[in-house]
Amino acid sequence: MATTTMTGSSTRTTPRRRITKPLAVVGLLALWLVAWTLLRGQDMLELPRATLTDLHHWLNDVNDSVGASRNSSPIFLYFFNEIRAVMDALVTFVQGLIAQPAYARPVPVLGWLGVVALVSYASWAFANWRVALLAAGGFILFGLQGLWQESMDTLALTLVAVFVSLLFGIPLGILAGVSDRFHRLITPVLDLMQTMPTFVYLAPLTLVFLIGPASATIATLIYAMPPAIRITAHGIRSVPAPPVEATDSFGATRRQRLTKALLPLSKRTIVLGVNQTIMAALAMVTVAALIDAPGLGKTVIKALQTTDVGTAFNAGVAIVVMAIVLDRVTTAASVRAEQGGGEPNPRIRRLLLAGFGLVAAVCSYLSYTYLWASEFPEGGQLGEYLSQGATTVTTWAQHNLADVTAAVKDGVTIALLNPLEALLAESPWWLMGAVIVILAALIGNLRAAAVAAVCVGLLVGTGLWNASMITLAMTLVATLLVVALGVVIGVWMGRSSRADRVIRPVLDAGQTMPAFVYLIPVVALFSVSRFSAIVAGVVYAAPVAIKIVADGVRAIPESTVEAATAAGSNTWQTITKVQLPMARQSLLLATNQGLIYVLSMVVIGGLVGAGALGYEVVAGFSQGQLYGKGLAAGVAIVVLGIMLDRIARAAAQRSDRAPSPNHT
Amino acid sequence: MRSIVSKRVLAGVSLSTVAALALTACGGSKIESTEAADSGDCGTFTIAINPWVGYEANAAVIAHVAETELGCKVVKKDLKEEIAWQGFGTGQVDAIVENWGHDDLKKKYIEDQKTAVNAGSTGVEGVIGWYVPPWMAEEYPDITDWNNLNKYASLFETTESGGKGQLLDGDPSFVTNDEALVKNLGLDYQVVYAGSEPALIQAFRQAEEKKEPVLGYFYDPQWFLSEIELVKVDLPEYQEGCDADPEKVACDYPVYDLDKIVSKSFADANGPAYQLVDNFNWTNEDQNVVARYIAQDNMSPEEAAEKWVEANQDKVEAWLPQS
Repeated sequence: MATTTMTGSSTRTTPRRRITKPLAVVGLLALWLVAWTLLRGQDMLELPRATLTDLHHWLNDVNDSVGASRNSSPIFLYFFNEIRAVMDALVTFVQGLIAQPAYARPVPVLGWLGVVALVSYASWAFANWRVALLAAGGFILFGLQGLWQESMDTLALTLVAVFVSLLFGIPLGILAGVSDRFHRLITPVLDLMQTMPTFVYLAPLTLVFLIGPASATIATLIYAMPPAIRITAHGIRSVPAPPVEATDSFGATRRQRLTKALLPLSKRTIVLGVNQTIMAALAMVTVAALIDAPGLGKTVIKALQTTDVGTAFNAGVAIVVMAIVLDRVTTAASVRAEQGGGEPNPRIRRLLLAGFGLVAAVCSYLSYTYLWASEFPEGGQLGEYLSQGATTVTTWAQHNLADVTAAVKDGVTIALLNPLEALLAESPWWLMGAVIVILAALIGNLRAAAVAAVCVGLLVGTGLWNASMITLAMTLVATLLVVALGVVIGVWMGRSSRADRVIRPVLDAGQTMPAFVYLIPVVALFSVSRFSAIVAGVVYAAPVAIKIVADGVRAIPESTVEAATAAGSNTWQTITKVQLPMARQSLLLATNQGLIYVLSMVVIGGLVGAGALGYEVVAGFSQGQLYGKGLAAGVAIVVLGIMLDRIARAAAQRSDRAPSPNHT
Repeated sequence: MRSIVSKRVLAGVSLSTVAALALTACGGSKIESTEAADSGDCGTFTIAINPWVGYEANAAVIAHVAETELGCKVVKKDLKEEIAWQGFGTGQVDAIVENWGHDDLKKKYIEDQKTAVNAGSTGVEGVIGWYVPPWMAEEYPDITDWNNLNKYASLFETTESGGKGQLLDGDPSFVTNDEALVKNLGLDYQVVYAGSEPALIQAFRQAEEKKEPVLGYFYDPQWFLSEIELVKVDLPEYQEGCDADPEKVACDYPVYDLDKIVSKSFADANGPAYQLVDNFNWTNEDQNVVARYIAQDNMSPEEAAEKWVEANQDKVEAWLPQS
């Protein structure tokens, strides 16, 4: 997803505008401040917590009528019920293979030995022996943690969700790659699927697809399919023109052009899409557990009920390890798809394929037949060590760091968050709306301003304007922290490959560790507050920003950096005058992605004291009569995301055309 | 060079294959196929597991008795309340075994859709209210009277409460009138939404540990109360109907009779599992024992239930169907 957001057509800018832009922005902000001091507290459109608007009531009614028609409507009888049956069958089948007792056996078809052997074999065959070792180690770790069955349940559900995502996602992505019209049509749909909080559609899903694996899988694939579509389309679109033209000149049909030129040339990007789809599916593991999805997510949720940080952490580690294994294997597979395996002798490789295949088959047979190879041997204490370790660290931090962290929280809240929130939420809505639209026009373009105007209208329409502005203030502060971290750590990683090697796994963990695992530690350190919500957002969003900046810094040709050093620049000068300006594109992308990731944590923030939109969504999921309001809050989050994204993109396109700002 | 390495690898591969095959010959106990056990006349019994420990205690004990005494095949589904109620209509849930009020859901599913019926009290009483950590009740004895809350409002000020005292509200699953209460009782407080039970528990735990002030919404029975005995603040006493208009509430929360809800078809079939659920009745103290086993002694719900049932055979006898 990271690579796809900044593409699009560029717009015209005139030199006159560029000169006046900063002045105009400053002028606008000054006017706003003056108006704010005069009008503060008027027309804030606050809505008390228990009050519902007509729209919210109407959404409740719609939800109820769907539920009431479930047994009579033909859509249910012939469409949704069929989908449910197929999904249930798929998941139950894979679970029977690796996770749950099936086919009149007390254990699944394949035991631990068979799964480890097959996974390692596939990793080696499609990628290389290094990731095969990693995969074997990772899977054995699940067993040692005492989480073999839970891990396999999670893997089964993830595999099915990914399989279905790709089955539909890749063809749709190809279509979006070759047809501009379809691309324009589907982009907002994908935005909606990726930013609509899952809590909003969990309850309706169980109404339509009933409680069970089908609903859990569909919840997962709503979030996991968009990357497959987006990245496939991006891959097809970025195939360079010459080879395609060459194919055309040989008189290729459209079909041949696709299969002979476009698809082979975008193979690597498409595999990257598979990778991102897997990551997105794993991100849903805990949330899906709220509707009875089997696996590691349940362990996390149960542990949370007794505030057992250690057990939650243990299961969280298994999710992280699974994500890292699948990420490394698919990444290595994409490299292989592009460069080939590098074996000098295909005959030996064929022999090895057969030989190792035989070993894997024997292991599978053993795990099918014998109990020792089927059930992971008990007595692994690793899980207990991990959870005790996590508990100890949390308790220690709570006793020794809480004063420092409380001071940080107070500082940021008083100096930054409260003033910003006062400015955004206590301006009259029409003033704030006007500021947003004009700002979009000034730093972006007229089209962005038009989108912003529509979005402002929609936010007012949801009845949750005031909550949206409070959420916006938190989002902006969190994004600021994310970008700061992105620049500092990203530059460090970009300059030192050793730092990169050490930090990267930590970033992976930050991205894939379920937020539910660190809710309690975050509250322990920063108490129930908006700042806790910001911290949760930063933990999730900073890794993406850091990685993008690091890649950007590393992509700068070495000769440029060497030239600067030769000319007598010290490290600081090299960074500020050469590396950062040259990585400007990456900085913009990091900001944009950081923002989107922060927004996706708004609901988690609602669980630790953020209030505002996040809490409304959670409450709507928990209480039937608040459902409509929760849905409206979910829509408000989506609208905020689209508005900020479109403004940021327009601004980025515009600054692309501006000359480099440094002259020294 | 390369080909020698490959040959060695090949040799290794064939060796390990042979070794693996050899293992097959002498390898441990085989997996026997199992025939589905005959489950008697009870059949499958599906309990929703709502996400709190007290609920899990009820469910674990009922499930244990249903499995061991009645030979049922018990399926537990982890679901939030709202989704569990939905499951009655679709036949996916048989019973909810601890229900806190939920008059809106009762109206929708019992009266309107007629997919659910009430299966009587669990015997457990639920109390909702405002609580302070024990150190505060000791240091400021009169704080437990709501009339004195304004006197102490400044103690409860935080970065989140906008210059007023902070009243921490919790899990969004629970009905709260707190904003209206603050307004109607003229309290100088601001409701701050913690948003989840773990966040609320963590706030109380830290407040007691560091002797910091906290005033928050909590409920009993809850396993956390046996870790730290929070003290309830007395609001104006509840009178029948004083909470009729949510905007004008100025009284404490009612005491909830926590009841059991089952699906209509499950009740109509009147099988042994239904009769067990219908008869099930115990006390707050019983539930707290099992909840403590789960939350503090780290037992699995199954172990906890087994332990309690062994010690309380007489109570269990009374729940069994009379045939």
